[in-house]
Amino acid sequence: MANKIFIPTPLRTFTNKQDAVEAEGRTVGELLADLIAKHGDLRRHLFTDDGRLRQFVNVYVNDEDIRYLEKEQTPVRPGDTVSIIPSVAGGSDATVAEARLPALSNEEIRRYSRHLLLPEVGLDGQRRLKAARVICIGAGGLGSPVAMYLAAAGVGTLGLVDFDTVEFSNLQRQILHGTPDVGRSKLDSARERLNAINPDVRLEMFDTSLTSANALDLLGRFDIVVDGTDNFPTRYLVNDACVLVGKPNVYGSIFRFEGQASVFATGEGPCYRCLYPEPPPPGLVPSCAEGGVLGVLPGIIGTIQAAETIKLILGAGEPLVGRFLVFDALRMRFRELKLRKDPECPVCGSHPTIRQLIDYDQFCGITRAAVHPPEFETTAEELKAQLEGGVDVVVLDVREPQERVINRIPGSKLIPLGELPGRLQELDSAKDIVAYCRVGIRSAQAVELLRAAGFGRAKNLKGGIIEWIDRVDPSQPRY
Amino acid sequence: MDRVPASAEQPAAAQRTLVLGSGVARAIREHARQAYPDECCGALIGSRGIASAVLPLPNVTKDGPRRRFLVQASDYRAAEARAQELRAELVGFYHSHPDHPARPSRYDLEHAWPVFAYVIVSVRQGEPMEMTCWRLKDDRSAFEQERLDGADD
Repeated sequence: MANKIFIPTPLRTFTNKQDAVEAEGRTVGELLADLIAKHGDLRRHLFTDDGRLRQFVNVYVNDEDIRYLEKEQTPVRPGDTVSIIPSVAGGSDATVAEARLPALSNEEIRRYSRHLLLPEVGLDGQRRLKAARVICIGAGGLGSPVAMYLAAAGVGTLGLVDFDTVEFSNLQRQILHGTPDVGRSKLDSARERLNAINPDVRLEMFDTSLTSANALDLLGRFDIVVDGTDNFPTRYLVNDACVLVGKPNVYGSIFRFEGQASVFATGEGPCYRCLYPEPPPPGLVPSCAEGGVLGVLPGIIGTIQAAETIKLILGAGEPLVGRFLVFDALRMRFRELKLRKDPECPVCGSHPTIRQLIDYDQFCGITRAAVHPPEFETTAEELKAQLEGGVDVVVLDVREPQERVINRIPGSKLIPLGELPGRLQELDSAKDIVAYCRVGIRSAQAVELLRAAGFGRAKNLKGGIIEWIDRVDPSQPRY
Repeated sequence: MDRVPASAEQPAAAQRTLVLGSGVARAIREHARQAYPDECCGALIGSRGIASAVLPLPNVTKDGPRRRFLVQASDYRAAEARAQELRAELVGFYHSHPDHPARPSRYDLEHAWPVFAYVIVSVRQGEPMEMTCWRLKDDRSAFEQERLDGADD
């Protein structure tokens, strides 16, 4: 028995200009199948590649949307009219630049089967992943899980930027790299690991540091940028470059037991500067090398970054745009702060004053010239000579108690840096003082503090206890 | 920010033109300005190649009206009905891109209908700027850009 199907304007070219066509079937599904059999061009406009009705194709039986009936199983009786009514949708987001989505081989379909089963992914979504180009700045703590999970997910092109070699102390958290990789370039090590996970991913390796000279060019070649960097100048550089080239910045950062994640630079959302217009004074926030970090923490945050990247590519779910995720691993708590785009933001606001990349080291107060004049410093050998010569010098250990248990310079006195301002009376300003910490950064701050307080004979032990062990006393463990 | 490339094979002389009748471009820009920072949307009514009337429609998207628009089925029907009332046709749809170029996105491409003219107007900081026109290729692979006549009205 035939029913009438009403054809909307945009499809009438494919039905010989008729606005209604007769078709046979007992359910909506059968009717549509008959319709397509009669007018084959309709198929691609009504259905996706995997045979589902396109989202914006509404089918009504009489005046009811089949979504509220039995969908394509909705029975159709004589006299019922079936109408195809378009929704019209569009938008200004979506991050994949290519007009054509690449096809998937049978092997790829098998590999990504668990993705294809998800309605939010499906064949279309997986093809979008394959078309996507993502660049990850840093192949270290954050970059490791990001790169590995994006490769596993089938991101078609993955760029990695890193100039470092693998160090022994990296292995506690940088799971891209293994013990045999110590001493190798991080990119070489990454290439092997990522190839093993997924040889179909096209890897583009950039053995360089990201600078104001190359950032716009590098980032401009990709669709999404993942920030896995470990220092403030580069964070600001990545942020500004992302805003300038119009690419989203999937941000993550870690410190000891805490992590943060967000998605910046999406146009309508805030950028990193909307949250932190100015960097902290240099030295205030220690790096992992100085402050330590729980190894799993970048694993958690980096995996969150990978999830957000995938959601952006698929256009699925709610990305962390305008949301700042703060994670405390010790308490196992997630908090979320609402972020707004700052209309006065110098980079992404309505009247931007920054339209070019700047000198980010200068912006963050880091000068390349010696942070401290040479007369503020002494070396391990000089200190050793002084101690052996019986010179009356106070050796001040400004590290934390948990470090002192590992190693120490004999005869040294412990005052952790944080306590120093309140314990100056324990020191004699008339004496020579040599301050040390692990590698000489905290102790340099200690010396600044002491000199400002009138301790004119305070000096910093260059290279800290690590250099002391390397050059004077190798019997002690390095850490 | 993505861009869907216009079909490169069309020589300039063969490019189609959509004529915007008197007041149409102004009406589109006014709607876009009012809706900013959200996307506006509406129907274009007329006859083949000419849009002579505009029907602003509500943007009912649940995905964030700053970056998406949605004309629901009932409003589409209203647009078809209005076209019939005017003894004219539904020629296409217009929408705005707040703080984005007037070029169709991947999302636009995936949700496009053939035959319709898609007019996009870019709104920068509240000011409507460039207006462009696009039509979906029959094989759905890309949009073809069309000339707009009367866009500066």
